[in-house]
Amino acid sequence: MSPASFVIAFLVGGAICLLAQLTLDLARNLTAAHVMVLFVVLGAVASGLGLYEPLVEFSGAGAAIPLPAFGHALVQGMLKGAAQQGAGGLLSGGLTAAAMGLTVAIVIGLLMALVARPQG
Amino acid sequence: MVEATREQAEDYRRLVTRFGRRPAILRNAVWAFLVGGTICAVGQFFLGLFLLRGMPLKEATVPAASTMIAIGAILTGLGVYDKLGRRAGMGAALPITGFANAIVAPAMEFRREGLLLGVGARLFQIAGPVIVYALAAALLVAVVRILVAGPPGS
Repeated sequence: MSPASFVIAFLVGGAICLLAQLTLDLARNLTAAHVMVLFVVLGAVASGLGLYEPLVEFSGAGAAIPLPAFGHALVQGMLKGAAQQGAGGLLSGGLTAAAMGLTVAIVIGLLMALVARPQG
Repeated sequence: MVEATREQAEDYRRLVTRFGRRPAILRNAVWAFLVGGTICAVGQFFLGLFLLRGMPLKEATVPAASTMIAIGAILTGLGVYDKLGRRAGMGAALPITGFANAIVAPAMEFRREGLLLGVGARLFQIAGPVIVYALAAALLVAVVRILVAGPPGS
């Protein structure tokens, strides 16, 4: 909870979002959904190269909150599963790692669709 | 003469759009940086909470990200997140809260098309492609990594 950890998270997280915004604005035929998919895939690749975990260790939420962390979590979950259970773990480890986030997103998404009204 | 004028008009239009785009790109980038950074700093607060409870970093990122997903989903329900997104662009869309927004916003919007094909299907309008390509890419990366670097943990 050191003040520095907040500053580093702000700077690194902001920089990743800035890169995504530049990608969106400079490649004119991409939509926000394209950029989200691209950055998740980039996160998976960076994770496989062993680059993303050090970035998380350095910047905490700065790297753990932007979407590349989703690709990173899947790869690390698969590698962990493979280490523990072989091929079966390789196939199940990814979604196991993402299970909490996906469940929260889907259940609250459903709840909001039922109780909240879209505005505008 | 008419040809030249049309050409000049075209040149002028091109010039205006070229110089008009620059400030927009700069402004978008600044907004994305500030809002994206702020969201990550909020995430850092929750990550810090879970770290204080003695969780190792690798484990603590999971509930921290899930907390941010819940916040993003609720702010979308309240109509706040989409307003933020119009200004911040990828600064709001790229953090995991934006992923929650991409699930909740279409689910709410297509409520009128019914619970099954409206809410149930549209929930995955953007999240679906993200999950599909993330999972496929991650499996490919993990397999290549194991082939190149040997079995993990060895």
